[in-house]
Order: sequence, then C-alpha cells, then structure tokens
Amino acid sequence: MTSPPLSLQTAGEAVPLDSTRSREHPARRRPARAPRGSAAGKRWVSPLAALALWQVASATGLLPDRLLAAPTTIAATAVELVSDGTLPTAIAVSLQRVAAGFALGGAAGVLLALAAGLSRAGESAVDPIMQMLRALPFFGLIPLFILWFGIGETPKVTLVALAVSFPLYLNTFAGIRNVDGRLAELGTTLKLGRAGLIRHIVLPGALPQTLVGLRQSLGVAWLALIVAEQVNADAGLGFMINDAREFLRTDVIVVGLLVYSALGLITDAVVRLLERRALSWRRGFLSE
Amino acid sequence: MAARVSQRVAGVRGLTKRFGERTVLSGLDLDVRGGEFIALLGRSGSGKSTLLRALAGLDRDVRGELDVTGSVSVAFQEPRLVPWKRVGANVALGLTGPDVEERAARALAEVGLTERAGAWPLTLSGGEAQRASLARALVREPALLLLDEPFSALDALTRITVHQLVLRLWAAHRPAVLLVTHDVDEALLLADRVLVLDEGRIDHEAAIGAPRPRHRDHPELVSLRDRLLAALGVTLEEENP
Repeated sequence: MTSPPLSLQTAGEAVPLDSTRSREHPARRRPARAPRGSAAGKRWVSPLAALALWQVASATGLLPDRLLAAPTTIAATAVELVSDGTLPTAIAVSLQRVAAGFALGGAAGVLLALAAGLSRAGESAVDPIMQMLRALPFFGLIPLFILWFGIGETPKVTLVALAVSFPLYLNTFAGIRNVDGRLAELGTTLKLGRAGLIRHIVLPGALPQTLVGLRQSLGVAWLALIVAEQVNADAGLGFMINDAREFLRTDVIVVGLLVYSALGLITDAVVRLLERRALSWRRGFLSE
Repeated sequence: MAARVSQRVAGVRGLTKRFGERTVLSGLDLDVRGGEFIALLGRSGSGKSTLLRALAGLDRDVRGELDVTGSVSVAFQEPRLVPWKRVGANVALGLTGPDVEERAARALAEVGLTERAGAWPLTLSGGEAQRASLARALVREPALLLLDEPFSALDALTRITVHQLVLRLWAAHRPAVLLVTHDVDEALLLADRVLVLDEGRIDHEAAIGAPRPRHRDHPELVSLRDRLLAALGVTLEEENP
C-alpha cells in the first residue's frame, strides 16, 4: 500500500529535478547558462580596466615614470631585458641560489625529521633545538650571516636553506608521527623488520604531509631569496632590481617582481604535479 | 597429513594480562593442534582479541607461557590493506624469495581477485578488501591463521560468500585457524571446536562433528547453539514461550 506511491513519488521527484528548477526560476536559468563563457571573462574586466587606467595615467603624466613606469614601457623593457640576455642570466643566477639552498635545507629538514620521528631519543635530541631555532626571525640573521659568511653566495644560499628546512622538518616529523599505528602492527605481523617498516609503511605514510611541507618551503624559499638578494648581490634578480633603483628604472623593478611571482607560481605547479603522481592512491578514493 | 594434524602449533599456559586494575586474561590455558579450526566466542571485553594479539606477538606485555611453533598470520577486523600499495603489492608485502610475484598472484587467484591486483585498496569493496587481506595472510603458508572478527564489517550476503571462501582455503592449505568472533552461528558453521571465553579463561568448550557444508538447522548445531548462547549469558525465554 505504501510502497508504490512512495516509489512514484521519488521517481517523480528525481526525474524533473532540473526542469522544475528551471520552471520555477526562469530568470536564474538564463544567466547561469548563456554567459558561462563570459563568467570567466568577467573576472578579467576589472584588472584590464585597472591596467588601462594605469596606462592613461602614465601617458597623461599623472603617474610619473620615476614612481611607476607605464605598462607598455614595462612590456618593452621586458622584451629588451630578455633579448639582451640580462634577464635570463639574472634568472639563472637566482635559480641556482634557490636550488642550492633548497637542496641543502630540504635534505637537512627531512633528515632531521627522520631522526626525530623514528625514535624517542632522536626526538628529544633534535626537536627542542629545532623548535627554538624556529622561533628565531631568520631574516634578522642576515647581519650575522654577513659577518660569518661575507657577502658572496654563501649567506644567500644559507638563508634559503634555513628558511626551507623548517617547514619540511615540521611537516615530515608530524607526518611520521601520524602514520596509522594499526599499519605498524600489520608490519609486525608481516615480519617486515624495522627497515622494511620504515620503507613500506612509515615513509610513504608520511609523504602526503611531507609534500605539504615541500610546498610551504618552496614558497618561503623564494621569499628568503628576495630578502637575501636585496641586501647585497652583484648578480641575479635582486641585483637587477637594486641596480634599477639606482637609476630610477621602475620598469625594470616591475619586470623583476613579475619574474619572481612567475617563478613562485611555476615551482608551486611543479609540486602539485608531483603530488598528483605520488598520491595517486588517494585519487582512487576521491574519484573512482 | 595425520601427523601434522595432531601436532600442536600453539600452546598457552597460565596466560594473564592486566590493563591497570582490570584483569582481562587470568591464567588461560589453550592448545591449538595443527589443522584444526577453532572458534573463540565471548562477549565484548572478554579478552578474545587480547588472546589473539598475544598469539600474534603484538602484545608482549603478558604473563604466562606462550609457545607458538611455526609461522603465524593474521587477518584483522578491518582489512588493514596498506593504502599506498596496490592490491598485488599488499599481498606480496614482506615476502622474500625469487617467486614472490607468482606466489602473490596465485594467492589472489585463489580468492578470486586476479583482475584487481593492480587496483588501489581504497577502490575495493568491503568484501574484496577482506578477500585481499585473507590472500595476504595465506600466501605466507602459516601454520596458524588468526582471524580477528574479519567478517563482522561485511554485509550479510558477502559474509556468506567469504565464509565459504575461508572454508575452501582452509581445506586447501590446512592451517590451524583461530577465529575470534561474537557470532555464534558463524562459529557453528565453520569450526571444529568452539571455545567460550569468560572472565579471562576458557569457560566452555564444545567439539562439532557435523560434516561441512553445514546447515544452521542441523540438530547438533541447534542444540549446541542454545548451550553456547546460555554460556554467553543470553537467554531466549521470550522467543520460546
């Protein structure tokens, strides 16, 4: 008695869900569908307007070049800096610093996290020091670094390394400690041994959190590089920007800033790609 | 075969386990003979899982004698597949030797999961995951297979299939099986010997001679069911006026 109307009702509800909605809200349906392409386009309206306004302000002399160059000037300068080799060389130098600092700091952060994460003795030896160092404002260390390492590459690479090591340390350590204890038990019953347990259970289990740390540390790596290159440099993006300041070349400064942000975005995209590959076992859980 | 069946694969004497003030196992004695299928019944908190964990070597903080000869495998209540290893790699995990992949593939074939060998564990259904877990336990050719309520999370229909699978695998490999369960019918359908754990020791013991496959209406099982339920403190007065 109750079941046929019930199923009718659910069928009646399920099928025309879309059409009832469009009947009830004819006005809402049109803007939701028709201008879908321009919905994304709309997001470009205000930035483009701002850019146009900027250009007009520069052309009329309202915005003087020594404060901020015109967008067209900046574009022309960018082309020029690329074609005369200045920008590629500067990028190469800066990339090298980030790469070296990231490799050093990343290796240190992960190794220390392994030492602290895999044994209580390691934790009590490593973690207090790391927590104390973490509290230091590391940009404030630059004067000391200059005294210790001079003004060459070493203080810059060291600053990047220091900045990179903490997010990787903290996340990897947390990742190791959060590995499911029941999987560790499973490892015992499968007689994996300590090395096997670390290799098959602990490290892959900590990987998602480590990748979070990787993204954070790459972000902070670029930041540390910018700060280090502002202080003293005779090559690289920071040098290019500082040099431009001397000659009031705001166009070059803006090009440098744009390159910094592009590099940051690219490294982040690379890590996300890495994440998708390394954590494909999770994608199954989300999509399949 | 006869020699192996009579051989003892695990012996427990005076096993005692305390959690703080609470005594979970108090002087428990148990012998497991090779190839026999034991079901261990008990109410929640009766120490069933504690005993199984002690036999699996997962709980070293126990007193008493614990003598396990031969290899032990465990299938847990949750299948505990390692999520970042594909099903085939889960089965092969911890195996050594030149033919690891073949053995894992054979074990998966036995539980009917050959085509899921390359799947991620999180994409398996509950029944598939539990079958993979069984394959992983059996590929080690254990002398003693410990099953910690591995069927309790399965739906009723899947459970019937997996029961049959376990009996088939047991008949083919002949490990001694210790099945921890709180389901009396499951114990009656599967086991040679049913033990009831109460207050930290074995309180009741019954051998079941009925041939398999068993039907739950078999007279021997019916009378034993009432006895076991009574031993577990369940009375059926309301249902039998």
